[in-house]
Amino acid sequence: MKTKKKFLTLTRKRSIVGFIFILPWLIGFIWFYARSLVMSVQFSLSDLTVATGGGYTLDFVGLENYIYAFRVHASYKQVLTTSIGNMLIDVPLITFFSLFMAMLLNQKFKGRTLVRAIFFLPVILNSGAIVDAMDLARSMMSGGITSASAEMAAETSGGVGIAYYIQMFSSLGIPQVLIEYVSGAVSRISDIVNASGVQIIIFIAALQSIPTSFYEVAKIEGSTAYETFWKVTFPMVMPHIVTNVVYTVVDSFTNSEVVDLAYTTAFTDMNYGLSSVFSLCSTAITCLILVIVCGWIQKRTFYYN
Amino acid sequence: MGASANAKANTKAEKRNRAKEQKKTGSPEKLLKSFTQDAQFINDMTRWAVNLKKFVLFVFQLILIVGVCYVIIGPVLGIISSSFFSNSDYYNPMVYLIPQEPTLERYKLAFQYLKYGTTVRNSLIYSLSLMAIQVFVCSMVGYGFARFDFPFKKVLFGCVVVMIVIPTNTIMLPLYMTFAKFDVFGIIKAVTGSAVNLLSTPIPMYIMTVFGCGLRSGLYIYIFNQFFRGLPKEIEEAALVDGCGIWYTYFRIMLINALPSVVTVAIFSMVWQYNDTFYAKLFLISDNIVISKKISTIEASISNVEKIYDPSILELYLDAGIVLVMIPIVIIYVLLQKQFIEGVERSGIVG
Repeated sequence: MKTKKKFLTLTRKRSIVGFIFILPWLIGFIWFYARSLVMSVQFSLSDLTVATGGGYTLDFVGLENYIYAFRVHASYKQVLTTSIGNMLIDVPLITFFSLFMAMLLNQKFKGRTLVRAIFFLPVILNSGAIVDAMDLARSMMSGGITSASAEMAAETSGGVGIAYYIQMFSSLGIPQVLIEYVSGAVSRISDIVNASGVQIIIFIAALQSIPTSFYEVAKIEGSTAYETFWKVTFPMVMPHIVTNVVYTVVDSFTNSEVVDLAYTTAFTDMNYGLSSVFSLCSTAITCLILVIVCGWIQKRTFYYN
Repeated sequence: MGASANAKANTKAEKRNRAKEQKKTGSPEKLLKSFTQDAQFINDMTRWAVNLKKFVLFVFQLILIVGVCYVIIGPVLGIISSSFFSNSDYYNPMVYLIPQEPTLERYKLAFQYLKYGTTVRNSLIYSLSLMAIQVFVCSMVGYGFARFDFPFKKVLFGCVVVMIVIPTNTIMLPLYMTFAKFDVFGIIKAVTGSAVNLLSTPIPMYIMTVFGCGLRSGLYIYIFNQFFRGLPKEIEEAALVDGCGIWYTYFRIMLINALPSVVTVAIFSMVWQYNDTFYAKLFLISDNIVISKKISTIEASISNVEKIYDPSILELYLDAGIVLVMIPIVIIYVLLQKQFIEGVERSGIVG
């Protein structure tokens, strides 16, 4: 007893208490996450048959599932590339759009609370069935934003349509890739707006945490609004861009088609091994993208503290 | 204001100058007069330009904000309006947004098929109880990470980030398997003879949430951690000096101070839990408990029982159902909206 007391210094005591604080999470993490990841890898390397009574048996088949997914499966590669392509297009758009909107909403104007409430509405109404119905309602509304993409599809429509502008810009010598990117962005504006609720809130919070004295100094030194943005606001918000990029990437991955494909493969076709391959591969690619993008941004990030 | 003061100063200077000038000759007086007029003109022009710039900016912002608000609200309005459409309204191409013969029949049937009263009650109990557990567990873990030093702290916090980053879809199969044959170190099997099948009950969700792995728990832990790190250490030290135990400090002092982030996490978790269909589908939780799962089957059941086969008319019933599902969550959000926005601003989601 005595020797034990000798070892329990205040710091050790505190470290034990801290451990107790995080213990429930630690158990959960090992039990559900770590174990599940290991099991996922195991499933992907074997042929799983569900036995009667809820159990299952694993037959080790090596890399067969992986080879099947990438060489034989009809749609996996295609779905994966489109999902990742969409993600790569959406992430910068969402990030900059939400930063821009956050700066607008951070100003003082009448009805600010109402507008902020509206901007957070997509986060509230993001249940699966509701989102589907919303998409339908959006396409039912004539003359709205969706007709823009319809117009682009029907290029034969004469007069001054979007097709006309696209043609005009391309004959001005603006690269085709850029035009396609911008017009794609315009036609999916509703997706972008709906996906950036949380990001806008994070950016508003970030903007509020910038000390006003910085802006005063900038003003006294005679910098323009443009300079103030690039020299004060942007560097101060930079750390939160990382947070937002992570959030956006994960969010758009969870809503992507790859996940749907993995889900149907598992629970409709009952091919558990293949489904694990699908989700593991796409997760690995997503994580790779995250690491690269975040590393790239973090190098350019300025940390105030 | 500045311009008028300027003008005053100008006239004063003018008078003084004129008195001076009059002593000499008359010719420079004209020159001076034209000069002051020029100055005034330039003054007016700059003021006008500044005002114009402000006005243009204002209009631009107004258009932008109203436009984006329209993008968000448009479909919601569409759903609400079409939920009042009668059949004749729907087939009439002249009717747009405002029905000619509004009817409440959609709501009547949707209400009936959703078993609205009981389902909403169950759903709210389910998501509110999970919310309470989330707030409790995640704040505890966040506090542990923020204030205590223990070995492998950085690695463990890295695990929290991993939890945020790895989507639950990756581990859905093992989770399904785990809860289909649920057992804790073979204890349950030893007692009752076989492992329990917990699927089709909400218990798996509760178990996962208690152990801090519920719906987006990683994010909540992260938010709490950031917030507690931002609180001054002196509060706790004062409590410690006054003889307050660590647990008492946590529950009676820190948690009260963390109210903004508690509100934030509470609303996030409440809303997401209420809308969640992923876990509800994975664990086969009965749709009498999860209303957002029930809404997806309403079309099929109305079509089967009421013999309505036109999919676009069925869509109207779905719209009414969706309005019904949205009502409770919107009410809660409107009530807590102000605290929520303020809470987010102060809660240090921002690191």
